[in-house]
Amino acid sequence: MSPAGLGAMLRNVSLRSMRVWQRNRDVYFVTWKTNLFPPLAEPILYLLAFGAGIGALVKEVEYRGQMVGYTAFIAPGLLATQVMFQAFFETTYNTFVRMHYQRTFDAIITTPLSLEDVMAGELLWATTKGTISCAVMMVAIGFFGLLHYPHALLIVPFSLLAGLLFAGLGLCFTGVVPQIDSFNLPTFLFIMPMFLFSGTFFPLDVLPLWAQRLANLLPLTHVANVMRELGLGRMPADLGWDLLYLVALALPLCLLGIHLMKRRLVK
Amino acid sequence: MPSVIEARGLTKTFGRLVAVNGVSFAIDAGECYGFLGPNGAGKTTTVKMIHCSAPITSGDLSVFGMGVRDTPRAIKRRIGVCQQEDNLDPDFSVRKNLTVFARYFGIPGVQAADRARELLEFMGLWERRDARIRELSGGLKRRLAIARALVNDPDLLILDEPTTGLDPQSRHQVWDRVRTLRRQGKTILLTTHYMDEAQSLCDRLVIMDHGRILVEGAPSDLVRSRVGREVVEVYGFPPDLPEYARGQGWTFEADTHRLWIYTDSGEAVFAAIARLYPAERCTVRMAGLEDLFLKLTGRELRE
Repeated sequence: MSPAGLGAMLRNVSLRSMRVWQRNRDVYFVTWKTNLFPPLAEPILYLLAFGAGIGALVKEVEYRGQMVGYTAFIAPGLLATQVMFQAFFETTYNTFVRMHYQRTFDAIITTPLSLEDVMAGELLWATTKGTISCAVMMVAIGFFGLLHYPHALLIVPFSLLAGLLFAGLGLCFTGVVPQIDSFNLPTFLFIMPMFLFSGTFFPLDVLPLWAQRLANLLPLTHVANVMRELGLGRMPADLGWDLLYLVALALPLCLLGIHLMKRRLVK
Repeated sequence: MPSVIEARGLTKTFGRLVAVNGVSFAIDAGECYGFLGPNGAGKTTTVKMIHCSAPITSGDLSVFGMGVRDTPRAIKRRIGVCQQEDNLDPDFSVRKNLTVFARYFGIPGVQAADRARELLEFMGLWERRDARIRELSGGLKRRLAIARALVNDPDLLILDEPTTGLDPQSRHQVWDRVRTLRRQGKTILLTTHYMDEAQSLCDRLVIMDHGRILVEGAPSDLVRSRVGREVVEVYGFPPDLPEYARGQGWTFEADTHRLWIYTDSGEAVFAAIARLYPAERCTVRMAGLEDLFLKLTGRELRE
């Protein structure tokens, strides 16, 4: 993408993208029961399995020089993976359905909205959806008393950045996959490794150094780090670096995603 | 009066394929203008360039005097588009489909609700306002798509094959609404491959094939000047009939079973043939757009 192309793309993004956000929100609330149930029920399942199951074996883990109860350790990790899954699956499978099967975008771009508006709206919506799920999940986790407030409240605004990143990543794949089944590949190659190896279920320092370095490249590691510190009731020491890394990944991914979608749809 | 749409040397290529090849046309305010052509002729591509969904490769295209390259938003604000494929929102009710679409045009909620009611009544859908899209028949869906295209009270209405796949009753209902809109002064651009549709709705039309415009004009004038007044059709014609027709200086075409003679004096031709061959295999009828269409685009199968 040339600088001129980037400039033209940014000029085509306007506040009208909120119309697409509103459309997706309206659909979300038509089917709200099915949308809100998983983030409420999922953590309960995980906390039962890991808390009562593995937690019976592990009880406590050493995290940054401090002993932390195992369920309190994984609770912020669950929030981080929830934001990733919700945002990524929104701009992959769901955006693909709107694009290909429902032809929703074909209809919208005949109105004063540009394709860039539509894609920006998709990204904003996926971000919002990730954040809503995170907040709902926090309520469920709250019943277990595993989050320390008021610090934990900052997880909600932070999940906007995390959501945007994974929404942008998803949109890039939607711009290039030949068919909907193809999403299995990036899910298996990127999402599942992040789910398992981003310090979500065990502290990374038990891994060999090379693996720790690799894990530190994964964006979810930084999301989990920040959420865990906030969840444990303290301000993250490396917050600035974590934020910088996430912003530096999120913005190019979003722009690339919009670019790839435009290349795919406008011929 | 300036034209609503003006195209000069309009061209669209996809890689090596030339989908639209240097077409020029001008559509006036208040007319119903048709694009007629076989599948793959370039009709939909032309329409997509007009509603700014497909960038033009070369040439000039202006809508309401504004260039499609520079001012797509301003153009799109004033047009309504009903696309060929069903792209209604399946998660919303009939009415919600209209109000959500009105929001894309920045129409405030109360006004959008009034407009939705007005349009649903006009298209005979008010009783079904709370129905889900998947509960609607093909005809009702198409009517809703047309209602949606009218939500911003457009100056130009674009209908891309509005009756393809509909039963005869639904087609007539759509035609009736299109005529009403035409009478109300809307400029309408219609693509179709149905001859009867083009003949009965369009003030003027073009016939397109292989990305080019073959003819342009009012349907009846085109038929009269290019085909003639009448057609004599002979079924299972004897092998020496083409030779005889050539000798008479008639314009004719033939496939394996039928022979068509285009003429201004059908009765005389009929009488001449009936003297030599069994007359029950021979009919005289008014020439129509289909005769012109097949004459221009050939009779071999497409795609």
